[in-house]
Amino acid sequence: MSAVSLGAATAYRGLLLKSARSSFDLLKSEGHFNFTRRRFLQSRVINVTRLFCSSPHNSKVPEVATWEPVPEHQLPPPTEISADLVDKLERLALVDFRTKQGLECLEKAIRFADQLHVVDTTGIEPMDSVLEDRALYLREDAVTDGNCAEKLIHLSKNTVEEYFVAPPGNISLPKREERAALLKHSEF
Amino acid sequence: MLNLTIREVSLALREGRISATELCRRCLNRIKKTQHLNAYITVTEELALKQAQEADSRLQQGVSKGPLDGIPFAVKDNFCTENIKTTCASRMLREYFPPYNATVVQKLMDQGAVLVGKTNMDEFAMGAGSTDGAYGPVRNPWGYAAPYREQTGATPDSDWVITGGSSGGSAAAVASLTSFLALGSDTGGSTRNPAALCGVVALKPTYGLLSRHGLIPLVNSMDVPGIMSRTVSDTAIVLGILQGLDVRDSTTIPAPPSLTELPEDFDVKNLRVGVPKEYHAPGLSVETQAQWCRVADMFERAGARVEQVSLPHTQFSIVCYHVLCHAEVASNMARFDGLEYGHRSEVNSSTEAMYASTRHEGFNDVVRGRILSGNYFLLKKNYQHYFVKAQKVRRLIADDFRHVFSSGVDVLLTPTTLTDAARYSDFTQEDNRTRSAQEDVFTQPANMAGLPAVSVPVALSRRGLPIGLQLIGPAVQDMKLLSVAQWIEQKVGFPSIRDYDNSRNETGVTERERTSAV
Repeated sequence: MSAVSLGAATAYRGLLLKSARSSFDLLKSEGHFNFTRRRFLQSRVINVTRLFCSSPHNSKVPEVATWEPVPEHQLPPPTEISADLVDKLERLALVDFRTKQGLECLEKAIRFADQLHVVDTTGIEPMDSVLEDRALYLREDAVTDGNCAEKLIHLSKNTVEEYFVAPPGNISLPKREERAALLKHSEF
Repeated sequence: MLNLTIREVSLALREGRISATELCRRCLNRIKKTQHLNAYITVTEELALKQAQEADSRLQQGVSKGPLDGIPFAVKDNFCTENIKTTCASRMLREYFPPYNATVVQKLMDQGAVLVGKTNMDEFAMGAGSTDGAYGPVRNPWGYAAPYREQTGATPDSDWVITGGSSGGSAAAVASLTSFLALGSDTGGSTRNPAALCGVVALKPTYGLLSRHGLIPLVNSMDVPGIMSRTVSDTAIVLGILQGLDVRDSTTIPAPPSLTELPEDFDVKNLRVGVPKEYHAPGLSVETQAQWCRVADMFERAGARVEQVSLPHTQFSIVCYHVLCHAEVASNMARFDGLEYGHRSEVNSSTEAMYASTRHEGFNDVVRGRILSGNYFLLKKNYQHYFVKAQKVRRLIADDFRHVFSSGVDVLLTPTTLTDAARYSDFTQEDNRTRSAQEDVFTQPANMAGLPAVSVPVALSRRGLPIGLQLIGPAVQDMKLLSVAQWIEQKVGFPSIRDYDNSRNETGVTERERTSAV
């Protein structure tokens, strides 16, 4: 394939498209196409295959996949997640699944993360940011904007004067079963 | 006219061959015509026409603000836009009207660019398909073009293909010619992935080069605004305008003193192009691999030194990302409690109950799932074992790139995605987590290391869908990276979707709507 100029590349693509369409026809009309047609199509397909791969496979691009997903037996044993822990996390995160789905989702996420333990990180410092070697820009410590309380308070659904209004505090989230009853009425 | 590059249409505006208002109207009409793509969440018609009129009066007086004056653009719906709804494709922000503009949006408006709308996405940018948002999935315009229809015999209603994600709406907007450029966000590949599947150019700039102020955060240490357009030189124009320090984002870095114009005839002779062997991952399609070879061959024939290199930790990048992302999501999403802005549940029995039900109602399963596992990874007993471990693996990934670039390699050439775009019905067979892990495998490592990366469309597959390749460069060498990308662009001759616009399949629709638009 020598599609270097724009024109050549387009012509090459045009041929490729036509051929792919023909081979699709071949599939559709399976069973009752005649021999001549088949030979014609074969020659087209061969022609295109040659165009597509006529240059030898670039030796720098690997021909097959160079790695595989980490096999199960190399991973640490799967973590058992108790219903209590899910409950704790749901309360902590203030998100609720109310179903087994939450547990399953969590177990899958943990299993996926376990692949990290195959990597040897002895003596490696954790990396917080790619800008760790740079002094970040600091501006003068002076007020340059603000004064927009009015604008911001308007975004809230429930306010009194310049205050956000929250329901009664210091009441911890009810237990799992009661939570389910609570959320039953909060569906859209 | 809609098919022109920014450079060309800008010239047409300045020479008076078209007015900004007329150009804007044509884009708005085309948005209506392509509504089935679901690319936009909000179309800002009124504002756009007002901005276009202002651009016209400047153009008439000969005081144009520059190459973007009067140019229509679209913005992913996770960038704040003043008094324009910004939803992150979530019920949580369904009614959120930010009181300010993101810095990158403001910079485009200051240049006279015309905002036509906010684009669809995966909820809070969590996904790789643009299939998991509260406003429904985005459809790939190439799935309606003649090559795909004719070669696969696909039917429009059931066989449509995804855009990739999470910035799928922005990619579809640019690909379907409803805007000349679009902003996306890129944390694990969210602009490059949909750009590759929709046949447009996408740049993920060096971390810190573009301000994140006003971009609703996903993973603060990896998020960057991404630029999507139809040509590399258009991308360079926009990069030149958007880059640089922002006093409102302490993680921004100064723009390097390089030209914003790309050289017309960049010489790749003696350029050292690395082909990382780990980027032949399980699942890479034969066709994408063939395109990778084809472009590697082009470089060799033009005198570049193409060499195989190794980035040994590539396979763990996506696992590392999984932990860091979920942990940051757990923390970043804590702000959505119903109190100060966003959705608020009717449940009023206690503050905690209101918080919990607000978040239950506001977030989809994907977001809640990531918050839950993020909290698990951050538990005191797991913090070292998962979170700190992932941060260590992150350094190994960044070091892989450092070694390769310090050995003298100028750019890395890789595929952007494993395959061309999947049918929606096939894509949704797997859950969001599995898909994100599969789809971001080639794009995520650049975010881990904060490096610039660009995806360039190179060919249509046998199914008639775009295939993209990716270039990754050393930090802050974004312009040089674009020069190489433009060289590829000039050599491959990727077709415009306009070439297939009057296809048999669309003629009826086009005719009817053309009539109704008049």
